[in-house]
Amino acid sequence: MSSRTASTALPRAIRRPALGRPRFGVHAFLVVAALFWLAPLLWTLYTSLRPYSETAEHGYVSLPRTLTFDNYTNAWTQADMPHYFLNSLLITVPAVLIVLFFAACVAFVVTRLSLRFNVAMLIVFVAANLLPPQVVLTPLYRMYLEIPLPTFLSENGKMYDSIVGLIAINIAFQLGFCTFVLSNYMKTIPQSLNDAARVDGAGVVRQFFGIILPLCRPALAALATLEFTFIYNDFLWAVVLIQSGAKRPITSALANLEGVFFTDNNLIAAGSMLAALPTLIVFALLQRHFISGLTLGASKG
Amino acid sequence: MAVDAASEPKVTRIRRRKAARLTLRDRLAVILMLGVPLLFVVGLIWLPTLLSVVLSFTSWDGIGGIDTIEWVGTRNYQQIVEIYPPFWPAFRHNLYWLGFLALVPTTFGLLLAYLLDKKIRGTRVYQSIFFMPVVLSLAVIGFIWQLVYAPEQGLINNILGTTEQGNLIDWLGNPQLNLWAVLVATAWRHAGYIMVLYLAGLKSVDPALREAAAIDGASEWHAFRTVVFPAMKPINIVVLVVTVIEALRAFDIVYVINRGRNGLELLSILVTDNIIGEASRVGYGSALAVILLVIALVPIITFVARTFGDEW
Repeated sequence: MSSRTASTALPRAIRRPALGRPRFGVHAFLVVAALFWLAPLLWTLYTSLRPYSETAEHGYVSLPRTLTFDNYTNAWTQADMPHYFLNSLLITVPAVLIVLFFAACVAFVVTRLSLRFNVAMLIVFVAANLLPPQVVLTPLYRMYLEIPLPTFLSENGKMYDSIVGLIAINIAFQLGFCTFVLSNYMKTIPQSLNDAARVDGAGVVRQFFGIILPLCRPALAALATLEFTFIYNDFLWAVVLIQSGAKRPITSALANLEGVFFTDNNLIAAGSMLAALPTLIVFALLQRHFISGLTLGASKG
Repeated sequence: MAVDAASEPKVTRIRRRKAARLTLRDRLAVILMLGVPLLFVVGLIWLPTLLSVVLSFTSWDGIGGIDTIEWVGTRNYQQIVEIYPPFWPAFRHNLYWLGFLALVPTTFGLLLAYLLDKKIRGTRVYQSIFFMPVVLSLAVIGFIWQLVYAPEQGLINNILGTTEQGNLIDWLGNPQLNLWAVLVATAWRHAGYIMVLYLAGLKSVDPALREAAAIDGASEWHAFRTVVFPAMKPINIVVLVVTVIEALRAFDIVYVINRGRNGLELLSILVTDNIIGEASRVGYGSALAVILLVIALVPIITFVARTFGDEW
């Protein structure tokens, strides 16, 4: 941040030499690259808006005669998409809220209270986030079959094949990243704030909720955006830990959709666009948070 | 907390002095704030990791009870390396995956970041376009690219005019070709991610360094190579770690396309096959997972050492 302001403050004449080349080539390159980048999405969008009969007759690369949202309404109803969207929502929202809260708790303890095992504790969380999920998969699958849950949380009384189980593993896996980002962020908050609060007689809980958590709002917003997409986009956990198709979130349910409509690319295109829509909307509205979350994760506090 | 304190008497003394400033209620709060998240990460990540290591030395069909687990030493590893047909192809594919990600989209992402870091017109729009695939799930990316690569109805073959029986290119069906086709789709996502990381990296480079190089008459390329790129060392390490880990995690896109067969075998796929596949071989799957773990430890230790090394 500070370096950016420094560079804009410099007189233009000094900056010129390095930037003096004609920009035409750069723009031409970027335009071509951008078109290549948009092509797959635009192709999917175009396919999704055309009736199957038309593409069957004239081919997929042809001028449109009619554009319609029929594929969307068909995918929506035939593939029971509202149901899977609801599942995604039921998994993603609690998982994001809980992971942010837990991560904030851990980050608070390791950065604001000077305990001796802080760094070791951080490593336990952060390293866990870097493991490939397959490393834990086999025993986890067995554990999920064994761990009992009360029937109001899981119909079959097990962690396996339950939404609660899926939430739990998403929380465990995302905790490391969130803890890392939040602890880097909290390190930048002056320690004197805690000391002052302590003198005033505020306990740990009040320091956490009253002082530190509100100050972390920007980092929490960035993480919420990022975690929403990470957890919403999860595919592996849902494929392995959920058995009944009806409990799947939308991304993994989409894999079944292909079986149902395997000849109808137009419907698959519409289904894919629908499944991508929530993250695309979040990105369009909250791009700034999204990018600052990734950047915070890559930098050291 | 109290447990490991007992094993390290010197540390205990210091800790107790610090902890004494906390009231009983505060101490309870700290135990909960740390303990509950710890339960998740230890119970659902580190414990299974440990169990993977233990189970990799056993044979178990997963059907009989835990008492039917048989200790077999390193037999699983021997069989994987010597007689398990998909292992070496999968291993090779993961290596190609890593090599490709590190060379092509990473370089491209760096190039994009370098160009977009200059205050050129429309830089925000370009950034949004290149970043957009990053927010899509790899499963959805698999579907989108299946539409692009489709043999008769796909975008590419129609542009190339290779949709007839004689010259048809089966991008995802041909085992010589499909890994590279999938890697292009993966690169579509990876480059945007790397671009964002390097945009942050470039902002952190002291502009005075570049100006000094420019005043010395260094060419842009020379200045980048000798001044800017080395100055971004922290981000370079993050990018490297991210790239290695992405290459090891690769799964979703391949699973969506053909369940990871016929030229698209990956280590992650083999692990999953041994769990939810027809033959459930717990020991075998665990041994494969441990091989993944050992490889993953390289970037993990690199990252942890760089990030926490000086705080230790």
